[in-house]
Amino acid sequence: MSAFSALLSRDLRLALRQSADSLTVIAFFAIATVLFPFGVGPEAEVLSRIAAGVVWVAALLAALLSLDRVFVVDFEDGTLDQLILNGQSTVLVVLAKVLAHWLTTGVPLIIMSPVLAVTLQLPSEGYGVLVLALLLGTPTVSLIGALGAALVLGARRGGVLLSLLVLPLYIPVLIFGTAAIEATITGMPSQPMLSILAGLALIAAALCPFATAAALRQAAE
Amino acid sequence: MAFDSFAAFIDMGGYAAWVWTSYGLAALALGGILILTRRTLKAREREFETLKANRRGTP
Amino acid sequence: MHKFANPTQFMRIANAIYPWIAGLCLILFAAAIPIALVFSPPDYQQGETVRIMYIHVSSAWLMMMIYGIIAANSAMFLIWRHPMANLAARASAPMGATFCALALVTGMLWGQPMWGTFWVWDARLTSTLILFFLYIGYIALSDAFEDSERGDKAAAILALVGSINVPIIHYSVEWWNTLHQPSIMKASSEGIDSSVHPSLLLPLFLMMGAFTMFYFALLVLRLRSELLAAKIRNARLSQIAGHAAAQPAE
Repeated sequence: MSAFSALLSRDLRLALRQSADSLTVIAFFAIATVLFPFGVGPEAEVLSRIAAGVVWVAALLAALLSLDRVFVVDFEDGTLDQLILNGQSTVLVVLAKVLAHWLTTGVPLIIMSPVLAVTLQLPSEGYGVLVLALLLGTPTVSLIGALGAALVLGARRGGVLLSLLVLPLYIPVLIFGTAAIEATITGMPSQPMLSILAGLALIAAALCPFATAAALRQAAE
Repeated sequence: MAFDSFAAFIDMGGYAAWVWTSYGLAALALGGILILTRRTLKAREREFETLKANRRGTP
Repeated sequence: MHKFANPTQFMRIANAIYPWIAGLCLILFAAAIPIALVFSPPDYQQGETVRIMYIHVSSAWLMMMIYGIIAANSAMFLIWRHPMANLAARASAPMGATFCALALVTGMLWGQPMWGTFWVWDARLTSTLILFFLYIGYIALSDAFEDSERGDKAAAILALVGSINVPIIHYSVEWWNTLHQPSIMKASSEGIDSSVHPSLLLPLFLMMGAFTMFYFALLVLRLRSELLAAKIRNARLSQIAGHAAAQPAE
């Protein structure tokens, strides 16, 4: 466990030192969202209809941008080989990396999302559930994303390939994440969708770290 | 037999464009992948034969 | 099971049954095409467009079966390191992608006369599209590495993850579809599911059988081809090694 916290704090310290990376992701999230009114027009009713979906899609794309950093630095300077060869549990390494990614991109995205939802005229009932849905959905995004990042280590055109692999796997999160918000806005209970989001996060947490660890081991071979 | 005449068969109850395009594309896809597979197989067989012959030529 | 892991033994069996598979494939096509196009009656709702369905459903069946075969072979490759399992998965992927594309296009060609538009976000079409992306990702990943063994392993892990995800994606899309489905489409797709007349099942099963045999026959050819490629690589390597050994002696 101490190895886990040591890894986590090292990653967080690195992220803090290079806080420009996290800020870039947030800036991308904001710009991608702000493009939509220019594309579909500024009418409040159109915007409020699509607000939940736009915020979710932009958040997924922003998270995707930050994913190729998750392992690549440690892979290139040999730290990853050392971590695995040291007899460190690879699954623990993966969990530390995923948690660090979620804390440095997932959490800032969640904090930023209500502000962007305001510009898209999201109805006032939707804000609480927007934050809650992102809170339950972004861990899945980090877990699946880390798997994709581990698979493309050392590949040609890794960044584009990563998005091709990972985006289709995000569809269930996107479906239930936006459905929870839309249910609340239309006066329906959002609790079933939120439960499903939590269930997806649990499934991802149970399976993804092992697959990611396998992918890291074969990349380090 | 579902059609009275050859013309009716070609016309496909007015849906000729959709039905014949579907079957044409299916033939194209299956035939295409079959031809590609056989072509690479033949090329590799030939390459392997020449490699074997070369090795026999220079012991 | 494990005796099939030996490539020579596997290919001996595969080559022995190949003429039977290929022959059965030809016979099934010879029966399926005339029955599907000429002798089967039109559907009372879809009219002659039901003939597209024979191709569409057969392609859709194969794209799912091939994904299952790829996933099963990937598991065997990762657990027991069977080289034949890896080759079977790699040889199957382009065929799966082809059948997926065929299912998509014929689905659209059926949708235009039936729904009045080439594309609707119908659950089946949407799932097919997503599966197509998964196939493309799998093929791209397996080809993305200098070291082909890394590509094999990464793609195998992806296929296994995908096999868990495909049902989740499928049910999510189905649920999402019932949430947003326009009423016109709901009526027409319900009508189709409940009204499969027995006379339409014969051409459907014949076509599905013909497509399946086509896949297996082609798989044998592609495995033969993959093994030859490996032999050529080895022969080249030993040739280079031979030259390198011969050089200092000169």
